[in-house]
Parts: sequence; C-alpha cells; structure tokens
Amino acid sequence: MHESTKDHAALAALFNKDEERVNWHDETLWWIRQKRDKNVHQLPEWEALREAASQIKFNVLSNLHDYLLEFEKNATANGVQVHWAADAKEHNEIVHRLLQEHKVDRMVKSKSMLTEECGLNEYLAEQGIEVIDSDLGERIVQLAKEPPSHIVLPCIHKKKEEIGDLFHQYLGTPANVADPQLLTEAARQHLRDVFLTRRAALTGVNFAVAETGEFVVCTNEGNADMGAHLADVHIASMGIEKLIPERKHLGIFLRLLTRSATGQPITTYSSHFKKPRKETPIHIILVDNGRSVQLGRKEFRNSLKCIRCGACMNTCPVYRRSGGHSYHTAVAGPIGSILAPNLDMKKYKDLPFASTLCGSCSNVCPVKIDIHDQLYKWRQELVKEGYTPAAKTISMKLMAQTLSSPTLYNAAGKSGRFVLKHAPFLVNNKLNPWYKEREMPEAPKESFREWYKKRN
Amino acid sequence: MNSRDKILSAIAANQPEKTALPDISGFKGAEEDLQSKYATVLTTIGGKIYFVKDENEIAAAVATQFSQAKRIVNLVDNLHIENAETVISDPEIHNLKNVDLAIIKAKFAVAENGAVWITEKDVQPRVLPFICEHLAVVINDGIIFSTMHEAYQKIATLEEYGYGSFIAGPSKTADIEQSLVIGAHGPRSMSVFVKI
Repeated sequence: MHESTKDHAALAALFNKDEERVNWHDETLWWIRQKRDKNVHQLPEWEALREAASQIKFNVLSNLHDYLLEFEKNATANGVQVHWAADAKEHNEIVHRLLQEHKVDRMVKSKSMLTEECGLNEYLAEQGIEVIDSDLGERIVQLAKEPPSHIVLPCIHKKKEEIGDLFHQYLGTPANVADPQLLTEAARQHLRDVFLTRRAALTGVNFAVAETGEFVVCTNEGNADMGAHLADVHIASMGIEKLIPERKHLGIFLRLLTRSATGQPITTYSSHFKKPRKETPIHIILVDNGRSVQLGRKEFRNSLKCIRCGACMNTCPVYRRSGGHSYHTAVAGPIGSILAPNLDMKKYKDLPFASTLCGSCSNVCPVKIDIHDQLYKWRQELVKEGYTPAAKTISMKLMAQTLSSPTLYNAAGKSGRFVLKHAPFLVNNKLNPWYKEREMPEAPKESFREWYKKRN
Repeated sequence: MNSRDKILSAIAANQPEKTALPDISGFKGAEEDLQSKYATVLTTIGGKIYFVKDENEIAAAVATQFSQAKRIVNLVDNLHIENAETVISDPEIHNLKNVDLAIIKAKFAVAENGAVWITEKDVQPRVLPFICEHLAVVINDGIIFSTMHEAYQKIATLEEYGYGSFIAGPSKTADIEQSLVIGAHGPRSMSVFVKI
C-alpha cells in the first residue's frame, strides 16, 4: 500500500492536471458501466437476484460465527488447512511462515485485494521473498511500482504507450510498441515462465461455501489456476465476510458478479477448490483485520456484504474524474470510502467527503449496499469525532446561522448577487474551490422572494 | 486467547440478530431454444460451437481445425484422434507446457453464459485445460442448462469433486486500455462439441 500525506482533494487535483487523460479515464469507465447495463437489462429477474443476494449476505452477517465454524470443519475434513489471522500483520506472518516451511523464496500471486489491504508484497520483500503478480493489470502496476487503481481493472489509469515503455524496460519488448495484442503476448510468455518455475502460489477468494468447505476463485486470464495447479503449495487468503451459506447460492452470486463488474455474463474461469491435489497442500487464511469491528457498527455493517465487483467505481462521477490513486487506500471508490474509515478514521477522514452523494453507487450495487447513505453517515460520525477541518466547521456553523435567520438569509443573498454582478473576481479566484474548473454563473437580478413581493 | 477464538468471540458479540435465508427455488431460465442461445453466447465470448452427431464428426473437425497441432492430449472415451495421448502418465505436470491441444469431457453446458462444467475426475491433471494452447470440450450427453441455478441443481446430484470449474471461452484480458485480447495465460481458443 502506498502511504500518502495528501488527502483525496489534493490527489485528485494532481490527477486533474491532465484534462485529456481525465476525460479518457472518465469515458473508459463509463463505457464499462454501459456494458454492465446492456448485460443486466437482458435479465428480467435482475432486481430479484439483487434482492436475494442482499438477503443471503444479511443472513451471513447475522450468522457469521456459526458459518465460519461450519466452513472450518468442512474445509478441514476436505484436507484443507485453515488458519486464522486477527489482522494484516498476522496474515503476512502466516504466509511467510508457510513459505519458510516449504523452503520457498519466490511466489506467484493472482489477484487478491486482501493482500493489497495487508501490504503483503512489501512485507515479503522485506523478508527477502520475491512476489510476482500474475494478473496482467496487476503485473503492469507492479512493474510501475504503483498500487492498483481499481479492484477489477488494476491499471485502468495507464495508457498503452506507458505500458509499452514499461515492457520495453523490464520485459525486453522493442521500443515504442503499444499494441495491446503484442504487449499481452509478451506478458504471456514472461508469466508462463513464472508459472512454470514458482513452487508456491497465492490466490484470493471470491466466495467460500460453509456447507461444503470449498472456495471459488474467478479470473478471466486463467492466472489463478495456472499458479495454483502448477505449484507445490497453494495459499488462499480471504476476508471472513466472503462466506456464503450453501453451494446453490453461488448460482445467485456468479450471475451477479461479472455482469456488474465488466458486463460479461461470467468470468472465463470460476474454479471451485475443495480438496488439495495429491501431496500439494492448500492453506486457507481467514482474515479479520477490522471486519469483526465493522460488524458491530450497526450503521456501517452493510459494507461487509460487498463482493468486490467494482460497479460502484465505474459509475461514480467522482471516481471517474479523480482516479483510483486519489483514494490512497487499497479499495478505492465509493465502497472503499465506507470501508477505509472503519480501519483508520483519522487517516481516511477525507474519503466519505469524496462523493456527491448522487446515489448511483447504491443503484448499481449487486448486493444492495446503501453506499451513499453510509457515506453520509460517515460524514456525521467524522464531524462528531472532531475529524473535520476547522475551516469547514466554522463555515458550516455560519451557514447554519444564515439559513435559520430570514434576515441574515436575505442580506446574504443580496450581497451575494451584488458581488457576482459587480465584483466577480472576489469569488471567482483560486482561493475559492467552488470555482475550480467551473464557469461563473450569471447572477439573477432579484431573489424569488423579491419577485414574489412585486407580483402581489 | 488465540486469534481464532478472539475473532470468533468478537463476531459472536457483534453480529446482528439472525435473519432468514431467502427462498431461491423460484429462479430459473426462460423457456427458449437452449442450443441456439448457447451457440450465440459462446460465440460472443470468443468460443467456437459444433453440434455433432458422433465421435467421427468430432475427429473430422479436430483434424481440419487443428492440423498444425503437434502434441494432442485426448481424454474423451470413444473418440479416436490420430497420434493423441489418452492418458498423462508423466507425473511431472510441468511437462504439459507444450501441449498444443487438449480435448476433455464436460458434464454439461450453461446457455446464459457459455460455460461448461468440468471436474477433476474427467480432467487429470487439473492444470491441463489451462496450460494447453488450445482447448476442445465435448458435452457427451448434449445437456445444456438455461442458467446457473439449474447448473447447481445438477451439480448437487453428481459425484462430489475435489476440484471443478466453469470454463467459459478462451482465456482473455482487457487490462490494456480495455482492448480485448484472446489468449492471456490459458488457451488461445475454446471449441465446444455438443452431441445431439
């Protein structure tokens, strides 16, 4: 994870310097949102599926204790070794210990946002263990020494020319090659060698089934399977909220996940790992890292229903125009903004404000998380806890006074219109963030109240 | 207290009052021509569809389409493919890296998303359908289900598996500027033979 002292607004300002790139980023993500719509509209039962998924996830949260025990029992009976990690540190230590036990110092990893959340790669690097990310997008950002900017599309912020330069530098492709076909082929050859030579593979988990003790990993590229089936040991890391009660519930979630994420009917591979291959152990690490605390926050526990499809990011007008890195957390966008403050309220105090509260995120969420309501509730929580900047608190108090007094309100309106008409530079300047990238509105001659009085 | 007990007791203390599971038995696909639906969806996601009467037709199609293939692994009973290996006897699975074509059996297909369901019992070793350059799948009984709901109902009646996977089309990626490229880490093509 990258550390940053800048807040969302400051990081978004950096991203916004290149207007052409912002427009391109915005349009690309909106195009994915449109693909999602096209696919979703083919299913008349879409809303019923969302509702069922939401209810299943509520049931999971209300019975998580027993489902975890059931999963542990069944996975163990299947021959899978179950580990528990209270926090990121313990998760990373377990992975390190398992690698040491298998005398492995090079590992191939498929996409796992949880390991981003835990800072696993950095931790293992410090222990002298090399990790290669095998998802193409993740490999690209890894070569660029950047974190993913999107949970499903890790290098959505990168232009193909930049990727061509990276591949030229690290994978020996000819200079100035920017053709996606050629670049993907180069990555295929490079990563094939990685798959064939790594003895340990780590994957994420999309769903784990309490009833059967199996877990499901979804990819389009086939990288999770290539890694896991060729290695001597498979480590799977999952957040405890990834459980679902029964296998038949996968029918609901697999129908929702990829349609919401990229507008595909399903990922190319939805692999169900139940028992290890002969003599090749599977270890599964159940990670809490703040989730049990979030479960206790009545207003915010719904965020634990998330299945990490990324639909809320693709649709978000703020995410599309500020870029994933502006959220300075592993999971960006609207969902990240309601998850991160649970982990560290002070560090992520800016994120619930990185939203227009338009509600589009809640509308596309396949498990019906009330994301925009939670953003609003986090704002209230942050103000209560004193995490908002003083200038904002003072201006909000001033505004509250003005709005509650008709005399003050009238006077404020009059002077506002006067200034906009006669001295616009007083507000249209660099000190006023409301006028960044915006044109001045024309000031009306009179207020509604004045107009109404004249009429009568 | 160890982490397991710590996590479990925190969850027990924090989880909300129990809510019921929804009844999902009502979800099923529309009544439609599943063969043509499957063909359309599979083609859209980059796969090739063949409706065939018997193994001879499959063998003929394989001979034409994969005439360049040097190393072929064929795990389908009653299907005779010239010069193909029918068992993988080498325990070193990494040696499968030069398999040009793998022909495997699937239990059934799913119309809504183009997927086929394979399990470890029919596909040994697990890595075969991923490491091969091209993949061909035979649906022996010609079963196509409408949606994933019917698929999981069927799976519940089949023999338990150690590993199973829905495979829908060739491996692909769109990570570079959202340009779709077929052939990421797995097969560069997927052909499905449905026996009718």
